[in-house]
Amino acid sequence: MNFWKIAWRNIEQRALASSLTGLSMALGVALMILVIVIHDVTVDQFENDAEGYHLIVGGSKGGDMQLVMTTVYHLGKPLYPIPYSYYKRFVDGDFAPYVQAAVPYCLGDSFHHEDFQFRVVATSADLFNKISYGTYDDGSDKRYEFLSGGSFHDGHFFEAVIGSTVARQTGLGVGDTFQPTHGISTRGDKHQDFTIVGVLAPTGTANDRALFANLEGFYLLEGHALAPEEESASPTAISSDHTDHHHVDSSDPNRGMQPLPEDQREVTSILVVCKDSFGAMILDNKINKGKDRVAQAVAPREVVTRLLDGIVGPVRVVLLVLTTLIIIVAGISILVSIYNSMSERSQDIAVMRALGASRTAVMAIILVESILLSLMSGIVGVLLGHAVLGLAGPVVEAQAGVVLKFWQFNWQEGLLVPGLVAFASLVGFLPALTAYRTDVAKTLGSGR
Amino acid sequence: MILKLENVRKSYLEPNGEKLPILDVEHFSLGRGEQVVLQGRSGCGKTTLLNCLAGLTTVDEGSITINGHDIVRLPEVSRDRFRALHIGFVFQTFNLLQGFTALENVLLGMTFTGQKPDVSRAETLLDNVGLSHRLTHKPAALSVGEQQRVAVARALSNRPSLLLADEPTANIDPAHQQQVIDLLRDSCRRENIAMLLVTHSPEVSQQFERVETLEQVNRAVAGIAL
Repeated sequence: MNFWKIAWRNIEQRALASSLTGLSMALGVALMILVIVIHDVTVDQFENDAEGYHLIVGGSKGGDMQLVMTTVYHLGKPLYPIPYSYYKRFVDGDFAPYVQAAVPYCLGDSFHHEDFQFRVVATSADLFNKISYGTYDDGSDKRYEFLSGGSFHDGHFFEAVIGSTVARQTGLGVGDTFQPTHGISTRGDKHQDFTIVGVLAPTGTANDRALFANLEGFYLLEGHALAPEEESASPTAISSDHTDHHHVDSSDPNRGMQPLPEDQREVTSILVVCKDSFGAMILDNKINKGKDRVAQAVAPREVVTRLLDGIVGPVRVVLLVLTTLIIIVAGISILVSIYNSMSERSQDIAVMRALGASRTAVMAIILVESILLSLMSGIVGVLLGHAVLGLAGPVVEAQAGVVLKFWQFNWQEGLLVPGLVAFASLVGFLPALTAYRTDVAKTLGSGR
Repeated sequence: MILKLENVRKSYLEPNGEKLPILDVEHFSLGRGEQVVLQGRSGCGKTTLLNCLAGLTTVDEGSITINGHDIVRLPEVSRDRFRALHIGFVFQTFNLLQGFTALENVLLGMTFTGQKPDVSRAETLLDNVGLSHRLTHKPAALSVGEQQRVAVARALSNRPSLLLADEPTANIDPAHQQQVIDLLRDSCRRENIAMLLVTHSPEVSQQFERVETLEQVNRAVAGIAL
């Protein structure tokens, strides 16, 4: 018989009270696990979403947070656009020497399916070919892959690629068409339809919940072109929707339309992959400190970190404080449970003392009991927390794109065990002290 | 000599602050393997004397030498360990731990000696008291007589030099009282353990060669309001 077994027998003897107090602590621990893991997964998700490029360039009217939220997470109202000519500076202009790839984004349209709303991102095939969406543990780039189909075909303006979540939730697939809605409201006008040519493999980023339309087709949609400059008006730019009404070949994938002239184009933002981080610094400087500042460049990682530190971090602290309070309350209930049982157990303690147990031995037995109960509750709580993660994972992934798995562990969970031992020792101290002070002779019914 | 008391005095503090002498034993001794009955009226200090002998209660003065060790001089921790190793205790109310099986109750008696509990000895002891078929039963599943037999096995678990039995048959029906007395006497004889047995029962007392009356041993009795 060691102290652990004696303590276990004591717990067994008060099975109902022990189970209830243990359950309350297990729930507290489970909540803490959920807060820790979900926070970490969310932070990873947020940070991963902003991986793969050095800078995001967007309109100067608006905050950097808004630029990142609209471009990376497809949330909120897009910033005022910048001229296409500005984008061209990254392609073949003065910024080009520092640039490895520059991918234009035109934002503002959406697609609605039943209760779901998805953002439509107009972009070029470079997004899938030249940009990664983060890195694997071995440092290699995560490249976009297709579950089916592939990227836009050259010269096919009205083609689109959809994210994996969009495909799953709408049932759309390669060969299907969809009509983007002008603006992000359901009340916007429907545009011409786009044909889906590819479904992206899951990336675990916000792009899983977006539809990527070919930029060339997007420019040709109603309301997306700037008014032509008189002197440079292209003879190929036609009517409001640039359709050559004189001769439309039904087999023409572009529906008789010609590309929109560059002077009538704008972009909402540009994802910029620089040749190196030094180039990123130079570009950042040139864009943000130029005299005629028409655009701003932001390092998405910095903005995301600021966002997380500023909003998500404090929320996490609040949640951790709340769950800690839950655990403390549960711990106090363990204290009360053991303490209340001390009077009925004083006889047992006195008997153990009569059998040779020292005061410190009976004190240790009570402490071990408290530790054992807390540890078991902690283990049940950890398993419960991860079970909830595992069970809720598919639903959360479908709704929010956040990937939760049963085995997603966090190093901070490792602190729970010694933390619980220390806490249990503290909680068990008062009843243990009562055991220490038990008057053996009086309790055993000493007479005269 | 296994037990020797010299000039042991113990008093309790009354609510009015005055000291009430409860024990005043000039001399009392017990030989190795000797079996002695101690009898006396209720409240004359029998249990206090047993508690003092077990080191559960400290005395005001005097010496209590057990197996050559004056336990009065021992610090509490050493006294606890000494008690575990050298003194067996059988209580009137058995005092088995309800959450533990019969075997575990006996093993519990070995837990505080600082040595690994000897499971085979515990099983043998329970076999000796006729409970080999009740090892895994908890006290609630045992009869009163069986519970006291478990208590006897537990008291003998560490091969003590001295067994203190505080009215061990008081809660047992007459039909089983003799079984318990026989069990105690035989067990102590077999292991050469000295026994000091407190009892009110004349039937029990008359079976022992040496019977002491506390009124004769304890000079403080005269001052105790009975």
